[in-house]
Amino acid sequence: MSDQSPDKESQPDGCDEGMTRRSFLRKSAVLTTGLAALAAGLSPLLGIENFPSMQEFMQKYYKELTPEEMAKVLERIEREVEKQYGIRPHVRDLKPMDGVEYVYCLNLSRCIGCRKCVHACVAENNQSRNPEIQYIRVLQMQNGSFDMEKAVHDYNPEKVPEKGHFYMPVQCQQCKNPPCVKVCPVHATWKEPDGIVVIDYSWCIGCRYCEAACPYWARRFNFAKPSIPKERLNPEMDYLSNRPRKQGVMEKCHFCLQRTRAGSYPACLEVCPTGSRKFGNILDPNSEVSYILKNKRVFIQLKEELGTSPRFYYYFDV
Amino acid sequence: MMTAIKNYCVFLRRCAQIAFVGDWRYYAWMGTLTVFCLLGLNAYCRQFAQGLIVTGMCDQVSWGLYIANFTFFVGVAAAAVMMVIPVYIYDNEELHDLVIFGELLAVAAIFMCLSFVTVDLGRPDRFWHLIPGIGVLNFPASMLSWDVLVLNGYLLLNAHICGYLLYCRYQGKKPEKWFYIPFVFLAIVWAVSIHTVTAFLYVGLGGRPFWNQAIIGPRFLASAFTAGPALIILVLQVIRRITNYRITDKALLTLRSIVQVAMIINVFLLLCEIFTEFYAGGLHIASSKYLYLGLHGYHGLVPWIWTAVAFNLIAMVLLLLPLSQSLKWLNTACVLCFVGIWIEKGMGLVIPGFIPTPLGQIVEYFPSINEVLVCLGIWAFGLLTYSIFLRMAVPILQGELSKANEPEALRLMRN
Repeated sequence: MSDQSPDKESQPDGCDEGMTRRSFLRKSAVLTTGLAALAAGLSPLLGIENFPSMQEFMQKYYKELTPEEMAKVLERIEREVEKQYGIRPHVRDLKPMDGVEYVYCLNLSRCIGCRKCVHACVAENNQSRNPEIQYIRVLQMQNGSFDMEKAVHDYNPEKVPEKGHFYMPVQCQQCKNPPCVKVCPVHATWKEPDGIVVIDYSWCIGCRYCEAACPYWARRFNFAKPSIPKERLNPEMDYLSNRPRKQGVMEKCHFCLQRTRAGSYPACLEVCPTGSRKFGNILDPNSEVSYILKNKRVFIQLKEELGTSPRFYYYFDV
Repeated sequence: MMTAIKNYCVFLRRCAQIAFVGDWRYYAWMGTLTVFCLLGLNAYCRQFAQGLIVTGMCDQVSWGLYIANFTFFVGVAAAAVMMVIPVYIYDNEELHDLVIFGELLAVAAIFMCLSFVTVDLGRPDRFWHLIPGIGVLNFPASMLSWDVLVLNGYLLLNAHICGYLLYCRYQGKKPEKWFYIPFVFLAIVWAVSIHTVTAFLYVGLGGRPFWNQAIIGPRFLASAFTAGPALIILVLQVIRRITNYRITDKALLTLRSIVQVAMIINVFLLLCEIFTEFYAGGLHIASSKYLYLGLHGYHGLVPWIWTAVAFNLIAMVLLLLPLSQSLKWLNTACVLCFVGIWIEKGMGLVIPGFIPTPLGQIVEYFPSINEVLVCLGIWAFGLLTYSIFLRMAVPILQGELSKANEPEALRLMRN
């Protein structure tokens, strides 16, 4: 920077009068170069395939939508999915049921680590196949230790279970005191009355603060545009659960609410070949989960010391 | 009233015009920065189109270079108070006319912070969800919502103080005390708050033991008050060299004593942290182990953090010796402080929090070229902004750009 007096031509205060032919040419040359450089800089934007439509861009927050507006939104989502995948889906907005609070119990004595739950979940919930997103991570643990740092994530033997190990599937623990909900700057994730922590994919800004906050590494981010083969799309969808996500938003396990709020079991439970997975209404004293939590001598809430109070319990056959 | 608005418009217009005027060195400097800005913009457009997959981040390490730089520059912005406090509380004469350079630096640094957060968003098109009134801000529960408010508040405060003082100087009027002194004191408290809130972003996460420690907040402040004034010492010498603005060595040495004390506190707090982590041991030290020693054969950050530790220690020793009263050694110390703290508080703080993951998995993070280009672009943008601010402020402070020498054409326009 200098305060030497600049040449007369570009004198700031005299520029209006002193516009000569030469300075005009020079200025236009600079301006043209600048605009060309800017255009070159912006050029990757041309590669964007589907810009959000105006309705999508302006869409209100889930909890502020009236039933009529919601109906329109669901209709729009059905249209968008049909356009992209060639299949008209059935998108609902199932509400939590009165007198129901879900609880998941997982029997660590039985799980053999076959990862069938992982793949059933991917198929049911329309997770991206490329890049790959999975909600359930099965840890191969050393017998006698609960130290997750010693766990193996990418075990791949001919046959499971392997001797000397037990297996612990981890997915969203649907905490009663969820750190992810607390940190979200725009309330895009919250706890429903039936205990399920949900995400409004249309409201999430993609800051990934919830991903940093989760002590169970349960949240996944769409780093790229998700891709699902057309023939694999599950057309039974819900707004808060398995409708296809967009690039740049979070997702995670939601206890298959498109199924469970309609009275079925989660996909991971149905596929489990060992019966390790139990799911039900904890407010119902006769439910299977009530029986387990009343009668099993040991059950574990993962990282209980953090005070997150998961609705997901691990237990043993004792 | 109308004349007042017109006067102000003339002022803005003249400021804008002078930003495009300078000698060949100025054009070369600004041209180079513009090229880097455009490279960054290009890289960001690629990221915008393809998603954050073009960065080195993943589900395991979900924040990287962007948030690291964000954290560091919040510190630089907060450090402006280290010039304000001596002047307005201790009536330091030497620094009095220089405060404005610190405050302008704060404004530029906040611009950089806001850019770094924006490029980190997966859905920047939905930023309006954060705006109170039309969006849904999760205040006061989310620390990020606090950060949005305090950063923008700090920006407004500093923009007001600088803008008002410069406009008064331009008009040749004495500034009305009531119209800026209360804001100056508010800005002092506010500066501490922006950095504390940014520390609490991390501290508040119970599932990440590496961050979930009370000492992070105080360490943030100590390191900010080291790196910020160190940068200001360097910047003031640049201003002194390329303009004829009078900046005394005494002013630089006042800042030296601030850097000195802050660095001692910073190193002391670091020792406290390392002792707590490693002496007691236990499972929660895995991240610190990864950072300082390497964990299960992974040690991507080890050379970096020891470079930072070495730089900080050398800088501390230099600052303590009378040697650093000579500008050559003072500058060396300042550069070491700045780089050391940039590593320690950027990558050294953010990345180990994610390694290992809460489920014990170790995935290392290396920024991608695209990510580095975006960061360079934002750095260039910050420097460009600051250069423009200085280009406007120095002639105003020197009286070369004032109402008295308004050209005839503009005066006619007003009538």
